[in-house]
Amino acid sequence: MRAIFFKEINSFFSSLIGYMVVGVFLLLMGLLLWVFPDYSILDGNYANLDTLFSVAPVVFMFLIPAVTMRTFAEEKQSGTIELLVTRPITDWQIVGGKFLACLVLVIIALLPTAVYYITVYQLGDPVGNLDSGGIMGSYIGLLFLAGAFVAIGVFASSLTNNQIVAFVLATFLCYFVYLAFDLLSRLPVFVGKSDDLIQSFGIAYHYTSISRGVLDTRDVVYFISLILVFLAATVLSLGRRKW
Amino acid sequence: MSVKVQHLVKNYDAQRAVDDVSFEAHKGEVLGFLGPNGAGKTTTMKIITGYLPQNGGTVEVCGYDIAEKAMQARACVGYLPEHNPLYKDMYVREYLFFTAGLHGISKPRKRVEEMIERTGLQSHRQKQIGELSKGYRQRVGLAQAMLHDPQVLILDEPTSGLDPNQIVEIRQLIKDLGREKTVILSTHILGEVEAVCDRAIIINKGKLVANASIEDLKQQFSGQSLVTVGFTDAIDVSKLESIPDVQQVKALGKNRWQIAAPTHRDIREELFALAVASRYTLIELHKETFSVEDIFQQLTK
Repeated sequence: MRAIFFKEINSFFSSLIGYMVVGVFLLLMGLLLWVFPDYSILDGNYANLDTLFSVAPVVFMFLIPAVTMRTFAEEKQSGTIELLVTRPITDWQIVGGKFLACLVLVIIALLPTAVYYITVYQLGDPVGNLDSGGIMGSYIGLLFLAGAFVAIGVFASSLTNNQIVAFVLATFLCYFVYLAFDLLSRLPVFVGKSDDLIQSFGIAYHYTSISRGVLDTRDVVYFISLILVFLAATVLSLGRRKW
Repeated sequence: MSVKVQHLVKNYDAQRAVDDVSFEAHKGEVLGFLGPNGAGKTTTMKIITGYLPQNGGTVEVCGYDIAEKAMQARACVGYLPEHNPLYKDMYVREYLFFTAGLHGISKPRKRVEEMIERTGLQSHRQKQIGELSKGYRQRVGLAQAMLHDPQVLILDEPTSGLDPNQIVEIRQLIKDLGREKTVILSTHILGEVEAVCDRAIIINKGKLVANASIEDLKQQFSGQSLVTVGFTDAIDVSKLESIPDVQQVKALGKNRWQIAAPTHRDIREELFALAVASRYTLIELHKETFSVEDIFQQLTK
């Protein structure tokens, strides 16, 4: 698993992908948080990072599939998957290594946003007048969300040998799992009956719950099982040649 | 017993790709896997390496069943797949270190350098694999297959697409490897089997049609040898026919004859004696043995 993890990390940063992802994410976030008038913290007059945590999931929805689309699709396309799966390592180790590498890349992109926290902390009146607990919680929520998106992206990549198909599929799945359950629950048939249950299938429900700064075990269990389900599906999909 | 395949069966949907194939490969031997395209060579190799599961039969590698003890079996196999897939954006050394990591080699540096030297990649070690020519990529493919010092090497068409000089070099490397390891290589170049292999297996339409040493194959399948003889002037055919054991005499053209006799009988001496006794002037006399091509064609028709 270690060998695969480091190989993937190396390939992110020896090609443009790694720098692109980190750069684009930070540029977009910087513009939204400090420059664009409608979203900017400076115009909002509140010392908080709400913009970051509401926009980041949408950006991740496109950026993470771009990171994960090559994980398996490229190996299948070039045939290297045949060598990889005949090494003395289990399919879980292969999937785990690739998953962790992509997640670490996303975390690297997320780390510099700590600067925004420090800035807003200083800008508060009085200094430090902001909901640090809520921000901590939101970061944890964002990490879980990124983990779920990476698992979905890796799974989508394992289904095809075409990177574009993998990207489109992953974006759709991320959108669906993130928001669609929330929207579906508003259908008249569900309202008042099972809308809460349907909402709780989606990421948005648990993400907002964690963002409040309360780490509920139900939310943690939800995210971890979501990640595991998609990783297990990836392992199954890798073993498809054996069916 | 390094590789033991018993009653192997593989189906692709309704089509039977490998049909009841059994063979063994031993240490210190290069086994040639021959067959027309689509005969089931690659499928058999993919099963031995654990990439594809079989539908029937068993495969043992170094005493480990590939289904039950997959990790141990895989650890003692080095594999060069067809078309030699490689990560084109990786550097040669980087790729070999990655392979070493996958095999859990504890001190990879020494081993990687050793493999680079052995496969003649010294001047290319700092290059990206995508920049290398086909011959050097093939060496990288061989280096990764040999890196963890496996007992068994499975090479699927290792010389395809190489120039004649590269073919000779790679063949020499495989021959050297064959002294200490078990090498199974597939090819449809018949000359390759004669040049490198100790034993050949011929499969056709998924079935094993021959499994013998190259020498045995030639003897077994020729049955009779042919002697071509030519004289300056017309001769009496009945004199040729009167040589003991001659099975058939065929006219090839002006005063040239082809005489068939059992393989174990060499009738050239008697032909010469006949020419001398009858005062014929002999201008041509040679024996033809069956080539691997002939055997191959006979078996896979």
